[in-house]
Amino acid sequence: MSTPPVMLHPELLAADDTHAIVRDDRRLDHAEAASKPLRSRPEPQPRGAKIHGSRPVDQAEAAARFIAAPEHEKMHDERLWDLRQKRDREMHGIPEWEELRSLASAIKEHTLTHLDEYLEQFEANARSHGVHVHWAHDAAEHNRIVHGILSDHGAKSLIKSKSMLTEECGFRPYMASVGIEVIETDLGERIQQLDNEDPSHVVVPAVHKLRTDVAEVFARTIGTDPANSDVHYLAEAQREATRPLILAADAGMTGCNFAVAETGTFVVCTNEGNADLSANVPKLHIASIGIEKIIPRLEHLAVFIRLLSRSALGSPVTQYTSHFRGPRAGGEMHVVLVDNGRSERLGMEEFWTSLKCIRCGACMNTCPVYRRSGGLSYGATYSGPIGLIIDPTFNQRKYSNLPFASTLNGSCTNVCPVKINIHEQIYAWRRVLVERHETPLAKRAAMKAAGELLSRPAAYRAAIAAADVALAHLPRFVIYNGLNAWGRHREVPHPPKQTFHSWYQANRGGKP
Amino acid sequence: MSSRDDILASIRANLPRVDRPLPDVPLFDDDPPASLLAAFKDSLHRMGGVFLDPPASGDLLEPVREKIAGAKIVCSTVPEIAGNRDIAGVSTPQDLADVDFAIVRASFAVAETGSVLLSDADLQVNAVAYLAQHLIVLLDPADIVVNLHHAYRRPEFHDRHYVSFHTGPSATADIEGVLIHGAQGVRSLSVLPVAREAENTAH
Repeated sequence: MSTPPVMLHPELLAADDTHAIVRDDRRLDHAEAASKPLRSRPEPQPRGAKIHGSRPVDQAEAAARFIAAPEHEKMHDERLWDLRQKRDREMHGIPEWEELRSLASAIKEHTLTHLDEYLEQFEANARSHGVHVHWAHDAAEHNRIVHGILSDHGAKSLIKSKSMLTEECGFRPYMASVGIEVIETDLGERIQQLDNEDPSHVVVPAVHKLRTDVAEVFARTIGTDPANSDVHYLAEAQREATRPLILAADAGMTGCNFAVAETGTFVVCTNEGNADLSANVPKLHIASIGIEKIIPRLEHLAVFIRLLSRSALGSPVTQYTSHFRGPRAGGEMHVVLVDNGRSERLGMEEFWTSLKCIRCGACMNTCPVYRRSGGLSYGATYSGPIGLIIDPTFNQRKYSNLPFASTLNGSCTNVCPVKINIHEQIYAWRRVLVERHETPLAKRAAMKAAGELLSRPAAYRAAIAAADVALAHLPRFVIYNGLNAWGRHREVPHPPKQTFHSWYQANRGGKP
Repeated sequence: MSSRDDILASIRANLPRVDRPLPDVPLFDDDPPASLLAAFKDSLHRMGGVFLDPPASGDLLEPVREKIAGAKIVCSTVPEIAGNRDIAGVSTPQDLADVDFAIVRASFAVAETGSVLLSDADLQVNAVAYLAQHLIVLLDPADIVVNLHHAYRRPEFHDRHYVSFHTGPSATADIEGVLIHGAQGVRSLSVLPVAREAENTAH
């Protein structure tokens, strides 16, 4: 069975657990809740990567600032590792888990290789139930279409649930520029909106913030007591502040987790019920749907719903799994099917399977680089391992450093519910970026030298033996300098006394 | 229509030239729990919901009457219990903003996850299940399926414009992993096991 949860930073364990919710003598940890009470100490929040147009994002620089804020780094590390361990617990509770992963991967690969047919089927079925279907080639067209729908209805305010696609489209800044007020209704996303900061994680957008950071944001924006960082107080204040905005909104917007071709249904999963408020309170509902969200039939949906929340949060299912097939009486429903680079990605032989992603965030929760860097260090819509392989498809130069923010340990691939070979694609992106000269000079020079060395076995053996001797004797400043990123924040392992090759020659060399 | 045609053309030009057949999905029901009702209750409690056990008195509706005794506004869509806000008279969802308790009947439930399925027909005004402070769901114990594979074979997914699995109350732990019930929607969800036959006797 599963191993008991392990704390990475036991000093974060709170002395009391008075706010725990208990049923049947069990401490509840459904949704994104921690399996144990954690407590941080106040500390100024480190901010994310500095963005300079299309110049390469310096992920390591932002990560270093996150690491330099130990309360933030430890809480982030602990919470995400806790989600990973909850995920393992759920996995062990389902004997067919690996079969479900294989099915999910096969269903997605089948759908992607017939994507045109299934999109047309979805469109026809949705239209037959009175849904207006729009197609957007890119982010700008998506924003224009939504603006057009809102203008047709004279809508000036929009309540919405969290959607990574709308983040990708720069939707909120666009709406601000045309004078439409957007109100995020997911608590984490609302915190990020009020702080004018991007979400740092696809599922838990404010996971990089401490309770004291949230208290500061809410004191500044919704008038809470700046000295009160009690989480129940903060959450309740946000509920009370947002409810009137929900009731007064002219239109509602959601994303989409899965779109079912056979019924023309789109499915939205949330824990807060905020997507259902956004969709069911105003008369007008608009859903933004990436074209890769399509699956063929309802029987396939069962596979993904069983995997999604278990992989994401270690919770058996989200609190709400809602299926929209047509407008309600007196209402109007629009969907916008968005490409924004996806059809082109479909043609990338090494990278098309990244389109299988269901945005669960399991790869982020398990990644040692992500857990210690914070999602905002990536300076991109998608962070963590999945971000490393998706972001360069949007801008190779800007995100050229990202595929190097990985140890290639393969943990992301092992937890991926749709079996994307994430770490292999990270490695492949390094090669592509080096070939296209999108990598920094120091990295390129080192890789060129390594390439020449690796192509000549005798020279390689000599170099390794020399390097081991050198590592044992070199002064620290030679190893731990700016050119060797591996020497930052960690000690290089002790060099072995003997290389494997010389050991093999001495011990097994004479045998056939 | 041009973006539509452009996107479909781009997809067709880029489709991976590999054969990926669509797999059959098993029902994974070889080893069902001994009692679907007991399994449902356990799953529901894990997700923060409350199962209202039938009281010793034998009056199945007693736990609900107790819950709503002190409430100002009760909106019921079920014949078993009367409220004081007639949902038939609700002209906009905003009229439901002050509801303390909503009482509805589930189409069916799922033992694996502790979910109840609420359709637009069950709710009459969809927003009632989200704007109310508390939600009470009547469930016929005969309406429990073993897992999500069985659930998605139900007709509601083909017949209704809106159906939603509710699994416990509205919840968040977006701040430091601290679990909160009532993030934006209902603060509690209770499930009362009452057979559908009660509908007929109530008439």
